[in-house]
Amino acid sequence: MNEQALKDLLYKLADDQLILGHRNSEWTGFGPILEEDIAFSSMAQDKIGHSLAFYTLLHEMGEAAPDTVAFTRNASQFHNSQLVELPNGEYDFSLIRHFLYDNAEMIRFEMLSKSSHEPIAKVATKLKGEVRYHVLHANTWIKHLGASTEEAILRLQSALAEALPFALGLFEVSIYEQELVEAGIYNGEEAVKKEWLQRVQAVLEKTELKLPELGSITPKLGGRYGQHTEHLQPLLDEMAEVFNIDPTAEW
Amino acid sequence: MLTKEHILALLEEVKDPEIPVLSLVDLGVITSVEVEEGHVTVNMTPTFAGCPAMDYMKKDVERTLEKHGITRHTVTMSFDAPWNSNRISEKGRKALKEFGLAPPPAYELVPDLDMLEYSTCPYCNSNNTSLRTPFGPTLCRSMHYCHNCRQMFEQFKPL
Repeated sequence: MNEQALKDLLYKLADDQLILGHRNSEWTGFGPILEEDIAFSSMAQDKIGHSLAFYTLLHEMGEAAPDTVAFTRNASQFHNSQLVELPNGEYDFSLIRHFLYDNAEMIRFEMLSKSSHEPIAKVATKLKGEVRYHVLHANTWIKHLGASTEEAILRLQSALAEALPFALGLFEVSIYEQELVEAGIYNGEEAVKKEWLQRVQAVLEKTELKLPELGSITPKLGGRYGQHTEHLQPLLDEMAEVFNIDPTAEW
Repeated sequence: MLTKEHILALLEEVKDPEIPVLSLVDLGVITSVEVEEGHVTVNMTPTFAGCPAMDYMKKDVERTLEKHGITRHTVTMSFDAPWNSNRISEKGRKALKEFGLAPPPAYELVPDLDMLEYSTCPYCNSNNTSLRTPFGPTLCRSMHYCHNCRQMFEQFKPL
């Protein structure tokens, strides 16, 4: 198996988890209700733990140590989708992003748990059990709020329209796509996206929310290959602030 | 002469840092112990990948081995035998309940959504409970409400 193809996949997974983990952590102390404050904080902790598991695999393949990789790269070296780097916005936007992202991540981990590459399969098997709770949380709130008051429905519908082009960017096809699929690493982005649409649609059908017509939407691509919005670099600067005070410190 | 059983008995001393009644052996995070020519290898796996106590637990195992004069040891943490809540022993489940934490229901194959939401109240044993949030004070606990005795309680999450 081409190592570069594997690393490319691992960086995407790890960077998505790290960046969304940090965005989720920004809800700590600011949640709309205490339970949601705790939920987003817990999911932040999970996701940053997940990024560590993938950075550790990368380290075993010869990449720099997890802390170095997480805190010393600049935006153009990050492989996360643009969806995860967007600011939290209001709770409606964070909830919609969480719903769209975690359903996709769940499918990815399910597929990767059957990967021909054993180290990835082991990590994915572990993580999918944890992400199940994130999906349960997102789907429950979407079902409750998406069928509640007019204001909640309007807000979520507008957040959905805003997030969807970025969410489609989650499935940006890898330059190594064919190799990865042929080697049995996973089933590829198209397969993830197809399954994702079904699951997302199944939840939305229980609400007043409508999935916008996908054919009319241009996906926001480029994140997987270092093209990011203006929001990523300030986030990275903030994340690395303590690390940069003394990069050689022992913790 | 060191044996696997001897090491496992020593490790009964090491408790979950957040749940002092539950040993790491009963929690199921010790996945295997091997003794070869006096060298002890303890393999461990975290409950949740982002568990902040992971390093602490590993060091606690090392400290305990050394306290008992075992200096030749390797303690590893990996996902080779991933943790799930079925790994919690019967003794561990009982200890959790007495501590006021609902033990996770045991399951076959994969836990389904109904099971994630299901819980038995550790105070009054009622099943008339509902999941309030899957995210509690630590990554491994969820929060439930008992409609029978009208108390909030926590459950060790099924995983």
